[in-house]
Amino acid sequence: MTAAQASLEPPRRDLRTSVVKLLSWAAIFGVLAWAWEGAEMRPLEFLRGSGNMLTFAKDFFPPDFHDWRLYLQEMVITVQIAIWGTALAVVLAIPLGILSSSNVVPWWVYQPVRRVMDALRSINEMVWALLFVTTVGLGPFTGVLALFVHTTGILAKLFSEAIEACDPGPVEGIRSTGASALGEIVYGILPQVLPLWISFALYRFESNIRAATVVGIVGAGGIGVVLWEVIRSFHYAQTTAAMIFIILTVTAFDVASAQLRKAFI
Amino acid sequence: MPPAIQIAHLDKTFAPQRGKQPRKALNDLSLNVAPGEMVALIGPSGSGKSTLLRHVSGLVTGDRCQRAWVSVGGQPIQQGGRLVRGVRERRSRIGFVFQQFNLVGRLSVLGNVLAGRLGQASTWRGLLSLWTDQEKRAAMVALARVGISEIAGQRASTLSGGQQQRAAIARTLVQGAQVILADEPIASLDPESARRVMEILAQINREDGVTVLVTLHQVDYATRYCRRVVALREGAIVFDGTPEELTPALLRDIYGAELDFALPTSTPVREAPPRAAERSRQPAEAFRLGTVNV
Repeated sequence: MTAAQASLEPPRRDLRTSVVKLLSWAAIFGVLAWAWEGAEMRPLEFLRGSGNMLTFAKDFFPPDFHDWRLYLQEMVITVQIAIWGTALAVVLAIPLGILSSSNVVPWWVYQPVRRVMDALRSINEMVWALLFVTTVGLGPFTGVLALFVHTTGILAKLFSEAIEACDPGPVEGIRSTGASALGEIVYGILPQVLPLWISFALYRFESNIRAATVVGIVGAGGIGVVLWEVIRSFHYAQTTAAMIFIILTVTAFDVASAQLRKAFI
Repeated sequence: MPPAIQIAHLDKTFAPQRGKQPRKALNDLSLNVAPGEMVALIGPSGSGKSTLLRHVSGLVTGDRCQRAWVSVGGQPIQQGGRLVRGVRERRSRIGFVFQQFNLVGRLSVLGNVLAGRLGQASTWRGLLSLWTDQEKRAAMVALARVGISEIAGQRASTLSGGQQQRAAIARTLVQGAQVILADEPIASLDPESARRVMEILAQINREDGVTVLVTLHQVDYATRYCRRVVALREGAIVFDGTPEELTPALLRDIYGAELDFALPTSTPVREAPPRAAERSRQPAEAFRLGTVNV
């Protein structure tokens, strides 16, 4: 009887959990406060300047589609940059992804390869584009190289994570037939990871279309070049038109790629 | 003729798990199997049956000890705890059947069976799946032999456990294996599928003269299908003889407290609990294997 009554008592919150919870909240607010200074947060100024902002915003409307042929042409180039940047990255990320998988190669192979991949993706596409402008000059090809290098670093990591999560059983099954190490990968691992790989590649293509719209700002071709020029020359109505092109294209590809990825998983 | 399987002075110590002592899985184990024999390996869980089988095909290596060696068909697989050169080529003549089938789920049944040719076809032909008509026909013949040729085009993942295991056996047939190592081939199957799989293995042994070494958890299957039974306990052989010599007293000695799990009983009431226990143990075991291998 007493035991039954005791069990109806809701569990008491113990002191330790309460203290930990309190400290966690304190830590979160502490970090926010610390970053306030460095980020020079001045919300009042934003409010004071909002009048200017409104006048400024008026210049953006209505959008000026006078040069729509140019925007369309450059938008297509942007998509073409993303296509080649992603395709080259996928091709290179397959071997590099395999070489960064701890269940395929020994540590003295995957550790260095992983570090190089870390380096490739820790540098932003914009920075790569700036570097490639100096070697291959202004133009879409610079954009392709920038996306290619950055995306290789990302896809190699994603591909290798898929490999490391795969079921070792079938791989051992293939090994037991006397297959070569390459045979084990092609028969045992690839069929398992392929749907995931396709999904990752599509997702990166989607992201690369977004990225390709900005690498143009540093001269790497596509709609970004147009965007930068109209902003710099204060043609705000045309800026709006170019941005509408970007929004529509990115949204269309995001939706299409999301649908396509669903089909593969 | 050299022995089909020869194992001498094999030791295996598994690296200690966190907070535990290193575990000795095989203890100075020696065993010979003659060509054409069908031998059952029995023993309680953890007695080293599977470990022993995996050593024979060189999927694992024994402890570094100069006396230790394993050969199949007179050709060495591992010596002194190291795989010999060319072990992949030798493996192509050794069929291995796994408890969890280990087929590639997204490949067709035919594709899985043809993978048995990987060890023998030229590298590029194998990698690009450029199989000859002759190889494809041989694969279909093998599938017909295990009774599943009509589902050759299906994805392996859509098959039942019994069908998957039969596809795995067809793969060893296509390999042209002279030795088949079967590691708990029926532990994940229902009784009817288990019977069929054992019948097929026995038939291949009888008709093709293929040597079969099969680990079994249930003693009745061992005594029904094999003329020789080898029992392991704590990594050492404690019995090697015919089923008739395997007395209840010996079994009690081999299995200890696990005897009820290993022996079928006449009354279904007593049969049910061990089966359920066996089944519930499998996912955990598969998970453990998965994490260890990665």
